Amino acid sequence: MKIVADKPRMLTDTPLHYCPGCAHGIVHKLVAEVLDELGKVDGAIGVVPVGCSVFGYKYFKCDVLEAAHGRAPAVASAIRRVVNPDNMIFTYQGDGDLASIGMAETVHACMRGENITIIFINNGIYGMTGGQMAPTTMPGEKATTCVYGRDPKVNGNPVRMCEMLATLTGPAYIERVSVYDVPHVNKTKAAIKKAFQMQMEKKGLSFIEVVANCPTNYHMTALESMQFVKEKGCEFYPLGVYKDITKEEK
Amino acid sequence: MKKLWKGNEAIAEAAVAAGCRYFFGYPITPQNEIPEYLSWRLPEVGGAFIQAESEVSAINMVYGAAGAGARCMTSSSSPGISLKQEGISYIAGAELPCVIVNIMRSGPGLGGIQPAQGDYFQATKGGGHGDYHPIVYAPCSIQEFVDITYSAFDIADKYRTPVMIIGDGMLGQMMEPAEIPPMRDLSTLPDKNDWAACGHSDGIPRIINSLRIEADENEEFNLRLFEKYAVIAQNETKHEYYEIDDAEIVFVAYGSVARICKAAVVELRANGIKAGLIRPITLYPYPTDAVAEVAKKDCVKKFITVEMSMGQMVEDVRLAVNGLKPVEFYGRCGGNVMMPADLVKYVKEGK
Repeated sequence: MKIVADKPRMLTDTPLHYCPGCAHGIVHKLVAEVLDELGKVDGAIGVVPVGCSVFGYKYFKCDVLEAAHGRAPAVASAIRRVVNPDNMIFTYQGDGDLASIGMAETVHACMRGENITIIFINNGIYGMTGGQMAPTTMPGEKATTCVYGRDPKVNGNPVRMCEMLATLTGPAYIERVSVYDVPHVNKTKAAIKKAFQMQMEKKGLSFIEVVANCPTNYHMTALESMQFVKEKGCEFYPLGVYKDITKEEK
Repeated sequence: MKKLWKGNEAIAEAAVAAGCRYFFGYPITPQNEIPEYLSWRLPEVGGAFIQAESEVSAINMVYGAAGAGARCMTSSSSPGISLKQEGISYIAGAELPCVIVNIMRSGPGLGGIQPAQGDYFQATKGGGHGDYHPIVYAPCSIQEFVDITYSAFDIADKYRTPVMIIGDGMLGQMMEPAEIPPMRDLSTLPDKNDWAACGHSDGIPRIINSLRIEADENEEFNLRLFEKYAVIAQNETKHEYYEIDDAEIVFVAYGSVARICKAAVVELRANGIKAGLIRPITLYPYPTDAVAEVAKKDCVKKFITVEMSMGQMVEDVRLAVNGLKPVEFYGRCGGNVMMPADLVKYVKEGK
């Protein structure tokens, strides 16, 4: 009998704790599929954050370090110097982790051009702690710490990480993708694959931002939240390649 | 062969000799010679140095390197050590071995860059959040700094625990003759393959983690951690007695202050006053029994705890003496250092 679909070897059998409709499950699967397809599950090391994906070590079937909030890029930078250069190292982080408390670690790992891959899930909200304002919450978007909607005059402005990091010399590849429909899931997989391929070729840091949803804290159904990502999220955070040194080389 | 070494550089070379190959740090006075030295020395021996973007990042790099199974260290000075506390708590929570050096300066806040011992509570009582203790050593000479740094990595590996070595600006900056032990053969270092997350291909994930979200699981972990600390206390507690046999006045002091006390003991004895000194070498575990034994002696009239602080270790001395004898405190702080004559005067005149 021909197998036409299978669970990636890199995912454990542990049931995901994520809310119904959450994009984390999709992106976990894509990371696992890509490393499977590249034959790089063996030797892979993941660094997971504090936030909704804190339990990543239960799902990824590879060596995993659970980092303090925001510190995954620093943890990964040190591991890069210790282990075999052919081992794939990735961090998997949310927006509060990567763009707020861990902004310095993110920017400096990018400045150093560490040969690692950063998977950044941007859903514009603190999910696990219950829907507080994130560094990527959009103007007007409601959160439990800006209940009338984010007012830049009161709450400050959100940050576009890909655009900011693209100004640095260090990163090799920066792309923003989304997973609101199947074609975009496929594009996200291609981006993640390119990111790991560049790490395999020792080209330097690859950074993939996934514009994602949080149905629970958006107070929406799964479908509504994906529609919101498509219409509002991807309007404010435009998809595309922000840096690619392989193109610059040509 | 003995060579003249600056304290901070001796610590750095002793770490290299001990097999430490990774250092992560951030500039702060008066410990800068440690990162400066290791920035060129570690690449010479196949290791790596990162000047981190912050103390917070540096200690988390230690978490990563230690989690991947490497011998690694960081160093800083008081305000920087405060920033590292979150990471030290995680390192204790994930049971990772590493060495942290604190060349103390005066506080609170930015304080000053002169020597002080105001970080005793922070070092010995946990410092970061949660129930944990690093093993804390307080050497008093450059040679002792070298010897303790050299063995600290083995101790850290043996118990899978962070080890902190504390000195002060005086010890870090001064020069003394010291002999660096021979370079460790790296093939003799402990095998960490069963737990280190260094990228295995045997299908058995190694997880480095301090999240134990179930109360029972986390309580069980805390209990196990403290069983480990009891074993550490049994095996690793260290102190030095100096002129203690017939002592009536007993100083208790650690680090550079202990050496000042030794000079005072000599001078007091020349004046017919029987003084002695207990010098804790480990501050955690504290040599409680060594102090308690002396407290039981009939000849002992009182203890004087001497510190470059407003009085921190004195609390552990009082716990150890347990009311058997008076425990007094003499301290200087803010970066000021007491002279032996100050202690002689205090003993003779009570001030």
